[in-house]
Amino acid sequence: MKLNTDAIKEMAEEGERLDGRDLNEYREINVEQNYISTTSQGSALVEIGDTKVVVGISFEVESPYSDRPNAGTIVTNAELAPMADREFESGPPQETGVELARVVDRGIRESEAIDLEALCIEEGEKVYTAFIDVHILNNDGNLLDASALGAIAALTDGYVPAYDEENDELNHDEVGMEEIPLTKVPVTATGRKIGSKVLWDTSREEEEALGSRLTVTLTEEDQVVAMQKGGREAMTEEEISQIISGAKNHTSKFRELLEE
Amino acid sequence: MENTEVEWVDENGERVDGRMVDELRETKMEVDVLEEADGSAMVEVGNTRVVASVFGPQDLHPAHLQESDRAVIKMRYNMAPFSVDDRMRPGPNRRAKEIGLVAKRALEPAIELEQFPTAGIDISMEVIESDGGTRATGITAASLALADAGIPMKGLVSSCAAGVVGEHVVLDVNGKEDKEGNADIPIATINGGDDITLLQMDGDLTQEQVEECVSLAKDGCADLHSQQREALLRKYRGEN
Repeated sequence: MKLNTDAIKEMAEEGERLDGRDLNEYREINVEQNYISTTSQGSALVEIGDTKVVVGISFEVESPYSDRPNAGTIVTNAELAPMADREFESGPPQETGVELARVVDRGIRESEAIDLEALCIEEGEKVYTAFIDVHILNNDGNLLDASALGAIAALTDGYVPAYDEENDELNHDEVGMEEIPLTKVPVTATGRKIGSKVLWDTSREEEEALGSRLTVTLTEEDQVVAMQKGGREAMTEEEISQIISGAKNHTSKFRELLEE
Repeated sequence: MENTEVEWVDENGERVDGRMVDELRETKMEVDVLEEADGSAMVEVGNTRVVASVFGPQDLHPAHLQESDRAVIKMRYNMAPFSVDDRMRPGPNRRAKEIGLVAKRALEPAIELEQFPTAGIDISMEVIESDGGTRATGITAASLALADAGIPMKGLVSSCAAGVVGEHVVLDVNGKEDKEGNADIPIATINGGDDITLLQMDGDLTQEQVEECVSLAKDGCADLHSQQREALLRKYRGEN
């Protein structure tokens, strides 16, 4: 693999990539909402190149946290299915899945995209919990952007099931709210530094040459609501600015996909 | 458990979802749906959808798991959290582990394991949407994934269930029929033939009813087998 890693770095310096893309060019992106039509309350299939992710939203009724008795809650989980990657065979890497889930979660939570108070059923007693479950079926790199895009696509596709007070349970067949109450639509893009260059939408092979990465979540007003740096190498102020600017460009294109 | 309110088969011979008693749900099969795995397939039976993958034959570690005269299969069956109405906790539970085991036993007799001594074959099934029959659908998908991976087999394994709802013996019980019906017998056969490699049952049936279910499910497996062949041929004709 070392040979490829060196080649990827050398090519990046020349502005080239193994598959012929420009450094800032994404692979073909496919977003299919309502992919799981009967058992989830919002879902999407996202494919970026050969990376394939399914996200499903489920609701449950739970007690609120004592410090926010009138707010619903969000739980984000990411599963890297063993089928997704030969390397996951002996059990998927725990850290990768946890970071993935936390970065997706932060983009939605910190932007206050979901109106949690609208998810309160009875103050201090019962609130809706929205589960955002990310299921990775095939890993060809850039899981962060695919997962985050899947999460927001599933949320904008979803509804809130009705709460059946008499039986104290959710009635999944009846709609409580036509839409999941969203106040904004946060969208995420990740710039990755390989050698001295910033690449977007890296393949799994390219990620083996990764120096560092920065994931940026932006609202429709281009407000930055969440970031995460990863990778072993350092990053300069200029590179951070460059990646935030690039993320603005890319996320505006993702928004067009969401509106289709 | 029996719900006497439901008319499981109406005067026109139609079931709750409009099917005849001996009719499979609408089934779709596609092979080679994942890039990373050596073989893969997606099978949809009604609203039930399972993706299966195969890696191998490959080195098997740790070495004490190896068999000197044949390959060893590792099987995973898992339901995605959003694949059921009430969200499932992530990761295989006890039920999933048992299904993984019986699915492995259902497929093993059809695979030429002795051609790959000491090797390992990893099979994995992810249920992404469920409406009854996930293990059967998974086995049908896994068999396609094995073929897609080019692993030598004596034949394709096909699986479906027949059950009793009310007093009617019906093919391919859906989620509602499974939950509220009397019994459900999933079976698997090799090449749509007479060799049965999976059989499970719970319920309350006479021997005659059991025999009727097995016979009906065998017909269902034969039907699925021809659809599996078609799906593989579509891939090799480049029609995917």
